[in-house]
Order: sequence, then structure tokens, then C-alpha cells
Amino acid sequence: MNIGKSVVIKGELLGSEDLTIEGQVEGKIELKDHVLTIGPNGRIKAAVFAKSVVVLGEVIGDVSASEKVDIRDKGTVEGDLISPRVAIAEGAHFRGSIDMQRGQRPAETKAERAEAKASEAKASETKAQPAVAASAKA
Amino acid sequence: MLVDLGPVVGSNVSFFGERLGCRIHVEDVFSEIEKADVERRLDTLGDALVGRCGRPEGSVDGVLCWDVFDYLDKPVGQQLAKELVKMLAPGGALLAFFATLQNPEPLYNRYVVKDEEHLEHRTLRASKARHHVLANRDVNRMFEGLTVADSFLLLTKTREMMFRKPSATPRGVPLEF
Repeated sequence: MNIGKSVVIKGELLGSEDLTIEGQVEGKIELKDHVLTIGPNGRIKAAVFAKSVVVLGEVIGDVSASEKVDIRDKGTVEGDLISPRVAIAEGAHFRGSIDMQRGQRPAETKAERAEAKASEAKASETKAQPAVAASAKA
Repeated sequence: MLVDLGPVVGSNVSFFGERLGCRIHVEDVFSEIEKADVERRLDTLGDALVGRCGRPEGSVDGVLCWDVFDYLDKPVGQQLAKELVKMLAPGGALLAFFATLQNPEPLYNRYVVKDEEHLEHRTLRASKARHHVLANRDVNRMFEGLTVADSFLLLTKTREMMFRKPSATPRGVPLEF
């Protein structure tokens, strides 16, 4: 779903799908469990709540993400960030506070869970090998 | 709470935020200097910096000044330093770099934390050359109220200084002689 360059929204913007904004939004944006992308032409003056937020345009307001905030090159954020992961590219502009909620466990992605399972399986396979080799010798 | 006065560096945010678990507040002093120059209000830069960087008294555990004071006029530097001393909590630390050689190029410096022992230095274009060298005496006077915990002269001829705000003596604890 895209909000075009010429669109101006004032108020609360709620959604249950990924959203890309190239226009202007003033107020509040809430996209729990989904990805919000502020495109290069996007101009946001709002409190933002989403699963992940990618900023290529401008955001003035606090940004809360349950997974990650990613401010790309030429992206601008003025406000506080609350997220377990924050990536800020060289060339991005940021002013405000960053709280990475270290006391809380960050949400695991599917890829991370799969990788963890694969490492566990490999580790238990490696442990079993010496036992197999020992019994073969005997 | 850690206050970083330099341009935001993503890997520094990850280092201090993820590995050390700090809450970080970033105020880019260099962009404030550039903005004040464009808007012709360098005479009120001190007030602007105090307004932007100021936090409640005793609320900050650490301040990363990097080398910002090498780019501020003495009165502005003194005004900012006084505010930083006030906002540091007892026992808090302040890290600052001071050049011993003037750089005539229109450049700022950006410091990237690589790991616990290594810092990488990169340059950033400035609109004009503003770099100057502060005398030792001026540096110590600027941070009155803090003690020098560590001071090194790096191979780059930059002084790296760590200041600490003395901890408050707990009441009722007898002094032993």
C-alpha cells in the first residue's frame, strides 16, 4: 500500500499491512506488526508505531518499533527512537534520544530462529561423532 | 544516559546502545554551528547549544564531546562546558579531545568506535575553517568542578582527556584518618 506524493493526511493513520508513505502525514501513525517505509518524498510530523520503520525522507516525532528502526542515507529523524535495533546510515541526520530497551529481549526474526536451530543441530551432531568413532574403534 | 555531541554515527549508537545498554541522546553540535552561521546568529550560538543540549541537573552519566570544543569560540565553549558540568551526575564522566596543532582545512572530525580499544577518525566537510587550539589552562578552567581522570597525548598530537565529576560523599559515613 502506497500513499502518494500529493496526499496530505492530518489525524490518525492506522493499518494492518505494510505501508509506504511519499506524501505528508501529521498526527499519529500506527502499524503494529507491519513495516512502515517513509519514502524520499515523505514528510511526517507524527508519533509513529510499527514493527519496523525505514526512513528515507523526513520524520519529526517519536518513533517506536518492536523490531527495528532504519534511517537511510539522506533520511532525517528529529525525535526519540524506541527500538531493540537501530541502524543509522552515514549521511543520515538524527537528533534525539535512542532507547534500545536492553532489558527487554528483542523480537527474533524467522531467519534468526532457523539459524539458531541449525547451529543447535550441528552442535549436537558434532557431540555424537566422537561417541560413534569410539564405538567403531571398539 | 549518555549524551553524544558529535554527528550521529550508526555504529556508535549500536556500540553504546546494544553492547553497553546505554540510553543515548544525540545532539549534533557541528550542524548547529553550520545552521547558526547560515542564519547569521553565531552571537547567540552559546544560548542555542545550551538550549538544545541541556538536560536536567545531575541526570547524565556520560558525555562524549569528541573534539567539538576545538570548533567553538572561547565564550561559547565556556557556556556549553558549564552546562555539561551541571548536567553530569556525581561520578559521571566526560570525554573530550583537544588538538595541539591547528588544522586550516574546512573540516570537522567524526569519530567511529570500532571496538573497546579502537577508534576510527573520519572527516566531514565544513562551510569554513573554524578549527583552533585551546590552551591547557583554558581547558581545565572550562571544566571547573570536574577532575581530570585520564589524559593522553595521541600519536595524532590530539589530547584525549577523561574528566569525572566527584561522587557525592554519603552522609553519616565517618572519614577515617
